[in-house]
Amino acid sequence: MAEMDTSGGDKHKKGPGVKKSKKQSTRVDLTPMVDLGFLLITFFIFTTSMSQPTAMRLFLPKDTDKPEEQNKAKESGALTIMLAKNDVIYYYEGMLAPDGSNFKSTNFKGIRDIILTKKKSTDPKDFVVVIKPNKESTYKNTVDMLDEMTINDVKRYALVDIAEAEQMMIAATEGANPQ
Amino acid sequence: MPKAKLPRKSTNIDMTAMCDVAFLLLSFFILTTKFKPSETLAVQTPSSVASKIAPQKDVALVTIDKDGKVFVSFSEDAPTKEVLEALNTNRTLGLSDAELTALSKGPFFGVPISQLKSLASQPKDNWPKMNLPGIPVLDTINNEMVDWMRAIKTGFQGIKMNLLVKGDNASKYPAFKGVIDAFKKNDEMKFQMVTNPEGVPEGTELYKRNMSRNAAAETTEE
Repeated sequence: MAEMDTSGGDKHKKGPGVKKSKKQSTRVDLTPMVDLGFLLITFFIFTTSMSQPTAMRLFLPKDTDKPEEQNKAKESGALTIMLAKNDVIYYYEGMLAPDGSNFKSTNFKGIRDIILTKKKSTDPKDFVVVIKPNKESTYKNTVDMLDEMTINDVKRYALVDIAEAEQMMIAATEGANPQ
Repeated sequence: MPKAKLPRKSTNIDMTAMCDVAFLLLSFFILTTKFKPSETLAVQTPSSVASKIAPQKDVALVTIDKDGKVFVSFSEDAPTKEVLEALNTNRTLGLSDAELTALSKGPFFGVPISQLKSLASQPKDNWPKMNLPGIPVLDTINNEMVDWMRAIKTGFQGIKMNLLVKGDNASKYPAFKGVIDAFKKNDEMKFQMVTNPEGVPEGTELYKRNMSRNAAAETTEE
């Protein structure tokens, strides 16, 4: 196998003075070919497993128009997280104070600790995270935040539209600290 | 004591057999690789820790591209034509059967409903290059995604539909909100978001839970 007979043909036509060429081995070194083969194999193995996208599930709550049917989050256990532009997160615990004293900002690195601290300090029954992406936030921010809920094992969370007052607070904060 | 004379063996190994195996495996992997269907819409999905593989069958996919344009597409086995027929009836578009067939072969739908008729006259290979405007979703009163969802629900009757949303990292939230509002209006409360897999950060609750679950699985195996 992998050998070819190339020696035939010139046996009889040897004139004088023509040196008899040394019969060369016809064995081909297959090592580089094997190398290449395995390289390609590794490539295909990796590409097959990588191209599978995953999917995260999301269950939407039903919108109810009647206020008495709505799930009221207990104020003390609520953590409201607002997503704004440039990956900035604003958050407050419980109710938003009229003077905005509990309105704080953080980023995606810091939010995990905040969620965990809040989770530890509240009754699991009352703990709920309210996610409010604003107009400037991206889809990535929303998915990252929902992912954060899975990572931190938050059982109750909701995706809610941002309120006017909160939007104004964000605008005011952004105006004060231009980035 | 006389030394045992070992015959000196050649160090050359015959690579032929190895080469055979390598190329056999190579051909196997080449043939089994299913390349991603040519992405007509370039979308960079965000990553998440979700480990469930996205379904491939009976898929109704809503794509949001980086400019917030919304497109609807279906997997090959999905009843695309039934969906379009339902849309045709609901909105009285007056599309002929030939136009519906032409549309149902298209890769995706990304025009306002009123423009479907003119889209049908275009060859489907041109659609990706046409810079389609997307389905209007931002207007809460005239959210055409609601009509699409109603048609999709009608078309998928009797089939378990996998509703997927695939958004671009850079797309803004209002487009996504328009889409989920349309889902809500049609009582489609369950959907899945296509993401790239990502490792669970160490030390977090989910990480610990996965670890303890793995440990539990191991002890039961033993």
